Amino acid sequence: MFSRAYKLAVSLPPLAWVVLFLLTPYLLLLVYSFWSVTPSQQIVHTWGLQNYLELLHVRVYVGVLVRSMRIAASVTMLSLLLALPLAYYVSFHAGKKKDLLYQLVIIPLWVSYLVRAYAWKTILGSDGVLNTLLQYLHVTSHPQGYLLYSPLAVVLTLTHIYTPFAFLPIYAALEHIPRKLVEASYDLGATPSQTFWRVIVPLSIPGVVAGATFSFVLSLGDFLAPLLVGGPSGVMISNIVVSLFGAAYNWPLGAAISACMMVLVVALLFATERLEKKWSFT
Amino acid sequence: MNEKTVAGASATSVAAEASTRVLLSVRSVAKRFGNNIVLRDISLDVAEGEFLSILGESGSGKTTLLRLIAGFERCDGGEIWMAGERLDPQPPYQRQVNTVFQNYALFPHLSVFDNVAYGLRVKKAPANEIKERVEQVLVMVKMSSFANASPAKISGGQQQRVALARALVNRPKLLLLDEPLSALDANLRRQMQVELKVLQREIGIAFVFVTHDQEEAMTMSDRIALLRAGELEQVATPREIYAQPATAYTAQFIGQTNLLHAQVTAGIAECAGLRWPTSEPDGPGTFSVRPESIVVAVGASSNGSVRFHAKVISRIFQGAAELLQVETATGYRLNVRVPGAKTVASGLELEFAASDAVPVRETQA
Amino acid sequence: MELHMSFNSSRQERAGLSAVHTTLVFAFLYLPIVVLIVYSFNGGGVGGFPPRNLTLDWYRQLAQDTPLWDSVLNSLMVALAAIAISIGLGLPAALALDRVSFPGKALFRRLVLLPLILPGIMTGLSLLMLVVLIGLKLSLITIILGHGTALISVATTEIFAGLQKADRAQEEASLDLGANYWQTFWRVTLPNLKLSIIGAGLLIFTLSMDEIAVSFFLIGRDNTLPLEIWSRLRRGMTPEINAISTVIFLFSLIMIVLWYRLRVRGGEEVADIVAAVPRRLHEHQS
Repeated sequence: MFSRAYKLAVSLPPLAWVVLFLLTPYLLLLVYSFWSVTPSQQIVHTWGLQNYLELLHVRVYVGVLVRSMRIAASVTMLSLLLALPLAYYVSFHAGKKKDLLYQLVIIPLWVSYLVRAYAWKTILGSDGVLNTLLQYLHVTSHPQGYLLYSPLAVVLTLTHIYTPFAFLPIYAALEHIPRKLVEASYDLGATPSQTFWRVIVPLSIPGVVAGATFSFVLSLGDFLAPLLVGGPSGVMISNIVVSLFGAAYNWPLGAAISACMMVLVVALLFATERLEKKWSFT
Repeated sequence: MNEKTVAGASATSVAAEASTRVLLSVRSVAKRFGNNIVLRDISLDVAEGEFLSILGESGSGKTTLLRLIAGFERCDGGEIWMAGERLDPQPPYQRQVNTVFQNYALFPHLSVFDNVAYGLRVKKAPANEIKERVEQVLVMVKMSSFANASPAKISGGQQQRVALARALVNRPKLLLLDEPLSALDANLRRQMQVELKVLQREIGIAFVFVTHDQEEAMTMSDRIALLRAGELEQVATPREIYAQPATAYTAQFIGQTNLLHAQVTAGIAECAGLRWPTSEPDGPGTFSVRPESIVVAVGASSNGSVRFHAKVISRIFQGAAELLQVETATGYRLNVRVPGAKTVASGLELEFAASDAVPVRETQA
Repeated sequence: MELHMSFNSSRQERAGLSAVHTTLVFAFLYLPIVVLIVYSFNGGGVGGFPPRNLTLDWYRQLAQDTPLWDSVLNSLMVALAAIAISIGLGLPAALALDRVSFPGKALFRRLVLLPLILPGIMTGLSLLMLVVLIGLKLSLITIILGHGTALISVATTEIFAGLQKADRAQEEASLDLGANYWQTFWRVTLPNLKLSIIGAGLLIFTLSMDEIAVSFFLIGRDNTLPLEIWSRLRRGMTPEINAISTVIFLFSLIMIVLWYRLRVRGGEEVADIVAAVPRRLHEHQS
């Protein structure tokens, strides 16, 4: 139906832009990862796997990567824990308030990340709201220092940021469950509880997988929250990359870490995609 | 104990066979959604083992009535009784009633076998019993070879059989079917109508079948309950409802008819120059005359028949019969159905028996 | 799609339990923001409980903060330019994905979605490398480049969803009645996509105004709003930042209400649009 000119006009510009400004840069990143830097801070175009080897052997990098994955895993679990029952309630039990509740969940997503992370900084600090509140109520006698500048703070902040992200696909999956299936289940003698476990949960799995993937991948690569509330013990892998492109001036190494992360993320997406497909029935 | 089955409140009373028992009793049930009254004062009995159709246009309330019996809605008035106890306070999963849904509502994440086994598994029946009963019912609906298939991979007709099997395997006292054939194409539909009827006779469970298709209802039912705008218009066997429609609406909804608005004076009804004897009281009256009751006049006219000359305005070929639109000398138009004829004269001498002019009530919507 | 049933108590129990859970989650999501807003009026500084000396000082300070408002202006310019680029490329991209089969289509689709799912700094870093290679100076232009590129997929996804909903037969009718492709595009296709385009615009605007990760590496002398706030945070926390945050929050509120009204008018399920992002990543059909 569409003429050749139309098809060309429509596909070429975006394709050209994407190749130029997306594909090429990512490829550049890959290329840099094989180069190295001299002690005098010059980037040398010698090709080799030295950066990757360094990553494997230097304990700091592996350690930070592991910590990042642990933090990402905690954030994922917590945000699922918060988002799943929430999505279930809004989808199945909210009645007239459904739209309103849905909007209320979405609103935090639209509020600046920086604002939300900053809010936690003010709450968790030694002079922060939480500490002074606890002392005011005589629950504690002195500031709890571990609240801020710790992995805990990072997990809390990231959970706060990414729970609505996890909510969205779970909610979408639940909304797609035809209500007639729930009626059919009741009709066949299953109680609401049995229906929840036998019908609703299995059909919500693709949404849960998508939500978990979102949370995990986005938390893993986060660099802002660790900078604001993480302190030295909360440094994550992206912070290392940033410093390598900044003060620590080793672009090739930073590129290598980035390349590894990209591979990791893509592999993860691939794996969860297959999982989602397997559990997708509606 | 044998009882007579009593039918709807504002409709003609019909006594079913003396040996049938009442299984389900709907008593003065009403239902509204917001300000919209969907059902008013419905009273209806379903006999054990009978095939009852609830027939009506969309919006008549037929699906709502079904859902009240299934338990997905609560009555705003009245009660529903089954086998001696009150049904309406019970949640759907406690009722011994099963439903075949309009779009089948098969569980997409379960195989055909698991779908059918669902009701039994939920009641924690032993595995070997489940296997036996499921296989048995799959044979009954001719879907045994599809036991491991996924619902997404089978056709609409096959899904419908699975939905049927899934309901029947639980041996409910009553099976509800919500327009189960409406998504099928015409030929498959006709085939399934016959199969369903045969199946019902074999198992002997009472079926309550909701449909908007009057032909379908006529083909399959022991009795038809015609619902209009939330009220029962008539409840009767197909033959009765066709030959003796109680209201003008019934006469027009089921099959085709000519409605003659006549004036009755001293036992004679008169309409557009046609007169016939009737036992209706004086005053205006409506009479239903089926198109096939009007035949080409042969021989001498007899006492109880009405003879008239008419001009053929148009013809519609219908295969075995031909539907003619004719106009009387007074300009009144009627539909006449004659057996398929190659040639029809442009002017015809027609007649119908007085007994074929059935008096009907006018009802408001 | 609510079930009109209120049968047994266990169902009501579970509804009750999840209602409690729901309330707690909402508290978790909103309390930090509420704290932020309350403390923007706190005379005593950023922390400390209870808040006292309620004052508008911080807002007054905010109003006179010229560098900050300069950065707001910068952000606005960047956002508008980003919208232009994203939609200018996202619209044809969506049309291409919907109607044209070209070599590398699957790759294209996934490539376009990468900036959304990969850590932002990676997109920022790789673009930095390109910029250095070309020899371009870092400035608002490079930031616009970054935002536009990263947000193309937002426009593509939104408009694609709108295309899927639109009636293809309308375009065929237009061609049948004698209009050529270009006329059909202007008179039929575009009006049908109006809601999607506006929705995409709003979303891209909000994302661009808050964008930090990509911008971090592409910034020249002129700051965008988030980066300006960021640099102040490095120097220390002041309640003025609370005031800015409150203003940003109110602004976001307006944006999302606008966007939602738009969606509801278009009859879309909002969850589907945004949740479709991971699905788009996985679609195989061309």
